[in-house]
Amino acid sequence: MTRHLVVVGHGMVGHRLVESLRARDTTGDWRITVLGEEAHPAYDRVALSSYVDGKTAEELALGGHDDELVQVRLGDPVVALDRDIRRVTTASGSTLRYDALVLATGSTPFVPPVPGRDLPGCFVYRTLDDLDAIKAAAAATIARPGPGRRSAVVVGGGLLGLEAARAMRLLGLSPQVVEIAPRLLPVQVDEGGGVLLRTLVEAQGLAVRCGVSVAGIERDGDRLLARLSDGVELDADLVVFSAGIRAADALARASGLPVGERGGVLVDQRCRTADENVWAVGECAALEGRTYGLVAPGYAMAEVVTDRLLGGAATMAAAELDMSTRLKLLGVDVASFGDAHASTEGALEVVVDDPVAGSYAKLVVSRPGTGAPTLLGGIFVGDASKYAALRPLVGSPLPADPVAMIAPGGVELGADALPDAAQICSCNAVTKGAIRTAIAAGAHDVPAIKACTRAGTSCGSCVPMLKTLLTQSGVEVSKALCEHFAHSRAELFEIIAGAGIRTFSELVERHGTGRGCDVCKPAVASILASLGTGHVLAGEQAALQDTNDHFLANLQRNGTYSVVPRIPGGEVTPAGLIAIGEVARDFGLYTKITGGQRIDLFGARVEQLPAIWKRLVDAGFESGHAYGKALRTVKSCVGTTWCRYGVQDSVGLAIALELRYRGLRSPHKIKSGVSGCARECAEARSKDFGVIATENGWNLYVGGNGGFTPRHADLLVTDVDTETLVRIIDRFLMFYVRTADRLQRTAAWIEAIDGGLDHLRAVIVEDSLGICADLEAAMAAHVAGYSDEWAGVLADEEKLARFVSFVNAPDAPDPTVSFVSERGQPVPVPVGMPELVR
Amino acid sequence: MRPTLVWHPVCPLERLQPERGAAALLGDRQVALFHTHDGTVHAIGNIDPFSGAAVLSRGIVGDRGGVPMVASPVYKQAFSLLDGRCLDDPDTAVPWYPVRISDGRVEVGVRVGIPVTAS
Ligand code: SRM
Ligand SMILES: Cc1cc2nc3c(=O)[nH]c(=O)nc-3n(C[C@H](O)[C@H](O)[C@H](O)COP(=O)(O)OP(=O)(O)OC[C@H]3O[C@@H](n4cnc5c(N)ncnc54)[C@H](O)[C@@H]3O)c2cc1C
Ligand code: SF4
Ligand code: FES
Repeated sequence: MTRHLVVVGHGMVGHRLVESLRARDTTGDWRITVLGEEAHPAYDRVALSSYVDGKTAEELALGGHDDELVQVRLGDPVVALDRDIRRVTTASGSTLRYDALVLATGSTPFVPPVPGRDLPGCFVYRTLDDLDAIKAAAAATIARPGPGRRSAVVVGGGLLGLEAARAMRLLGLSPQVVEIAPRLLPVQVDEGGGVLLRTLVEAQGLAVRCGVSVAGIERDGDRLLARLSDGVELDADLVVFSAGIRAADALARASGLPVGERGGVLVDQRCRTADENVWAVGECAALEGRTYGLVAPGYAMAEVVTDRLLGGAATMAAAELDMSTRLKLLGVDVASFGDAHASTEGALEVVVDDPVAGSYAKLVVSRPGTGAPTLLGGIFVGDASKYAALRPLVGSPLPADPVAMIAPGGVELGADALPDAAQICSCNAVTKGAIRTAIAAGAHDVPAIKACTRAGTSCGSCVPMLKTLLTQSGVEVSKALCEHFAHSRAELFEIIAGAGIRTFSELVERHGTGRGCDVCKPAVASILASLGTGHVLAGEQAALQDTNDHFLANLQRNGTYSVVPRIPGGEVTPAGLIAIGEVARDFGLYTKITGGQRIDLFGARVEQLPAIWKRLVDAGFESGHAYGKALRTVKSCVGTTWCRYGVQDSVGLAIALELRYRGLRSPHKIKSGVSGCARECAEARSKDFGVIATENGWNLYVGGNGGFTPRHADLLVTDVDTETLVRIIDRFLMFYVRTADRLQRTAAWIEAIDGGLDHLRAVIVEDSLGICADLEAAMAAHVAGYSDEWAGVLADEEKLARFVSFVNAPDAPDPTVSFVSERGQPVPVPVGMPELVR
Repeated sequence: MRPTLVWHPVCPLERLQPERGAAALLGDRQVALFHTHDGTVHAIGNIDPFSGAAVLSRGIVGDRGGVPMVASPVYKQAFSLLDGRCLDDPDTAVPWYPVRISDGRVEVGVRVGIPVTAS
C-alpha cells in the first residue's frame, strides 16, 4: 500500500531527499507531499550570492520533481504538528495526514538583540526574497541624489558575512565588516591565517573591524548610524546581519520533541527524532546534539532517511562528517579542513607563513610514533591550490614530509597519491573509486561525471580534481573541430598564420581530410579574414562562408534577408534616418529598432540586396556586420554632452571604438558598450568589453554577455586614460581572436583560460608573455586594412552576379516568398510546409 | 503511363561556383545545384523540409564521412547530394535529380508522368 510522506521545507536538503527517495523507491511505496514556506521552489542556496552577480532565480533553481508521486506546495508554511494523530496544519489552514514526516526546515538567520535592528534598512542574508529586498534598497540608495559613496555595515565576519560584504560591493556599496571575534572566519581559520586573510581582504578595499560588536542602530536622516561597542559610529545606508544561524526547530519544540542544547531537533544516527514517525534532516537537525551549517552533512542525512524509509539500515555518525570548506572570498582563496584547530590530543601543527607572497598554510598531523605522521587537517589562506589533493588524505599517513608538502616549490601531490576510498567531492560524498568507475564506464568529460556521480555539482571546488582524474585515466578529451580536422580552432589559427596558408583547399589537403563541412569551413573563413586576406567573398573564400556572410545579410525564416547598416555608437543624423526610411519604403521592407541601438530592415530578397545597399552606401552608410562573427555594436549613452551626470564623452568613445574594430572577424560575435557614468545606461557590463567612465578616465570590463547564460563583465583595469584603454582593448580582442575556440564568446573563453581573469590580466596588461607588441601590431594592421564589404561588392561585377535567386532566371523572385501587412508593415506569410518525400 | 525523363537546360557549367550551390527555377519547381570539388554537378530539391524555406542551394557544401552533402543554412541538417536523404534524420529526404553536362551546359532531368515502377 502506498504510504504518505510529508516533507516540511523545500530547501536544499528537502529537495535532495525527495530526489533520492524517488530514485530509489522503484515500486512507488511512498507518495510525497512537500510543504514549503518560501514561494520559490528549492534553489541552490550555496550559490545564493551569485544572484547579485548575474544569475537569475531560474538558474539557481534545483529543478522540479516532475513526478506524479510528488506534490510540492509552496508559500504556505507548516504552523502546527500534531504527532498523536499524525497531522500537520499549514498557515492557510489546510491539514494533511502523514505516515512519515521529515522536518527539513533549515535555519533562520541569527540577529543579535541590538536596539534598532528592526529599522528599515536592516536586512538578513538567507533567501532569494532577502536578496531582492537588499537589491531594491541598494538601488534606491544609489539613485538618491547627493554626494559620497553609499555604504553598508555587515554584521559578522564569518563565511556568510564575507559573502554578504562581497555582494554589497557588487551592488555598488562600500561594505564595512564588523566581527566580534578577534579575526575573520573564526571557525575556519586560526590566528595566523586570520592576520593574512585580513590583510588580503583589506587590500581588496574591504573595511574590517574585529573584536567589536554592534551596540545599537539609529536612524540618521535618510541614513542609518551603527554604534559599535568601542564607541565608534559608522554611517550606513544598509545594515546586513550575517552573524550566524539558528536551527529552525520551532515546530518540533511546540510539538514536544526534544531539541539539542544549542537548538536543533535531536536525532539519532538514523536521523530519527524521538517520535518513530518523524525524521529531521539538514540544518534543522541536531545529530548527536550538534547542528551543521553546511550542505554536505544535510545531503548525507537525506540519504540515510531515504534508506530508512525503504526499510534499510543506514546510519551516520557525527564523527564521519566532513566539515571542510574551500572558498574564494573577494578574490582570496581560503580553505580549512579536518581538525583545523588541532584539537586532537597530541596533534602537531606545521606552518608555512609567507606574508610577502601572501600565503599561509598549516597542516595538523598526529605525533609520529614510528613511520609517517597521519594528516588530521589543515588551513590555507591566499593560495589553496594544494587543498584538493590534501583534503582526501585526512586520516591517512602523509606520503612526504609535512613541510615539503606545503612549502612553495615542495612536493606536488597528484591524484594518483590518493587511495580509492578518498573522498574527492565532499559536498556529495563521492570517492575517487566511484569516479574512476564512472570514467571506466564511459563518463569521458566533466559534465558526464557530474551526471552520473553528482561529484562537482555543488560548490565546484573538486572540479579540478575531476579533470586530473580524467587525464590520469588516459581519457583524451577531443578538441577536434570536426571530422575533417583533428585540431582546435586556436591550433588551426597557429597553423594558418605560421605556415602562411591562404586557402581552405591548401589547409585541408595538408592538415585535414575530406572536403570540409559547415563547422570547419566558416571557422577557417573567419581565421583567414582575421589574418587580413582580402574581401570575404574573394576567390575560394566565398565558398566557405555561411549564407549570412555569403550574402552579407541575415537569413530570415522565409528565405529572405535582413539589412543592418552600421550606426556607430547609436548616433544617427536626421538625414541618415530619412535615407534609411526612404530605402525601406521604396523596397517594401519591415523596419525595427534593434536591441543593438540601430535599425534592421527585413524582408529583402537576394536579388534586391545590391540595389538596397547601393542606396545605403550612397547615403553614407556601410555594412553593420550583423551577419558576421565580428564586431557588432558599441552601444553608448548620451554622456557628458547632454546628461547632467555624465563625466566623460561616452558617445565619442563608443563611435571611435566601433570604427576602430568594425569588420574584425572573431571566433564569435563581439559586442561593446560605453557608459558616461556609473549609472550605466549603456549596459556596458553585459558586453564582451564594456567601458564605464570615471572622474579620472575609464574602467574597462571584459567577458560579459546576454544570451542564454547572461553574465556580467569583470573589471579588468581601472581609471585608465583613453590611449591606454584602446591599447588594452586592442590586445584583448586580438588575444581572443587568436586563442578562443570556435563559437566561444569572451566569457566562456576567459573561464576556460587556465588562471582565468588573473592570467588574462597578466598577459594583456602586464605583458607576461611578451606578446603585446605583436597583438597591437596585428590590430593596427586590421584597422589600416579595413574597407567596407558592401562597397567592395558593389564595385565588383563578378561578386554582384551571385546576388540572384535563380541562375537560370536572374530577375525572377522566389515564388515561395510572400507578405501580408501587419500594423502597417509587411511581414512574411509563413512558408508552407511541403510534403516530405519518405 | 511510364514516366519519362525530361532534360531541362539550366546554365553554362562555369556559372556554377565550385563547392557552392545555386538555385534554378524549372517551371514551378525549385532545384538546388551543386558543383563539387571532383567536378561533378549534383541536383536536389531547393526547399528545406525543416523550415519550408527555399534555401538549400545557399548551404555550405562539403562531405560527411566521404558522402558529399549540403548543410541547410536554416537549422543545419545535412542532406546527401547522392540521393537527397537527410543524414541527420533517415526518415526525411528531399527530391533528387539526375544531371548531365552537354555541350558545356548543365541539364537537369525531371521525371514526368505517374511512376508505375521504381527505376
Ligand atoms: C535583430 C536583433 C533583435 C532585435 O530585433 O532587436 C537580433 C536578432 C538576432 N539575434 Fe540577437 N539580435 C539582436 C540583439 C541581441 C542582443 C542585444 C544587444 O546586442 O545588446 C543580444 C544579447 C547580448 C549578447 O549578445 O550578449 C542578443 C543575443 C543573441 C544570441 C545569444 C548570444 C549568446 O552569447 O548566448 C544569439 C545566438 C547566437 O549568436 O548564437 C543571437 C542571434 C540572433 C540571430 C542572428 C538569430 C538568427 O540566427 O537568426 C537573429 C538574427 C538577426 C537578423 O538581423 O536577422 N542573438 N541579440 C538584434 C540585432 C542587434 C544589432 O543591431 O546588431
Ligand atoms: C549565502 C549563503 C552561502 C552559503 N554557502 C555555503 C557553502 O559554500 N557551502 C555549504 O556547504 N553551505 C553553504 N551555505 C549553507 C547551505 O545553504 C545550507 O547548509 C543548506 O541550504 C541547508 O539546507 P536545508 O534544506 O537544511 O535548509 P534550507 O536550504 O534553508 O531549506 C529550508 C527550507 O525550509 C523552509 N521552512 C522553514 N520552516 C518551514 C515551515 N514551518 N514550513 C514549511 N517550510 C519551512 C524554509 O523557508 C526553507 O526554504 C550557505 C548559505 C547561505 C545563506
Ligand atoms: S550612464 Fe550616461 S546617460 Fe546614464 S546617467 Fe551616466 S552619463 Fe547619463
Ligand atoms: S566538493 Fe563541492 S561539488 Fe564537489
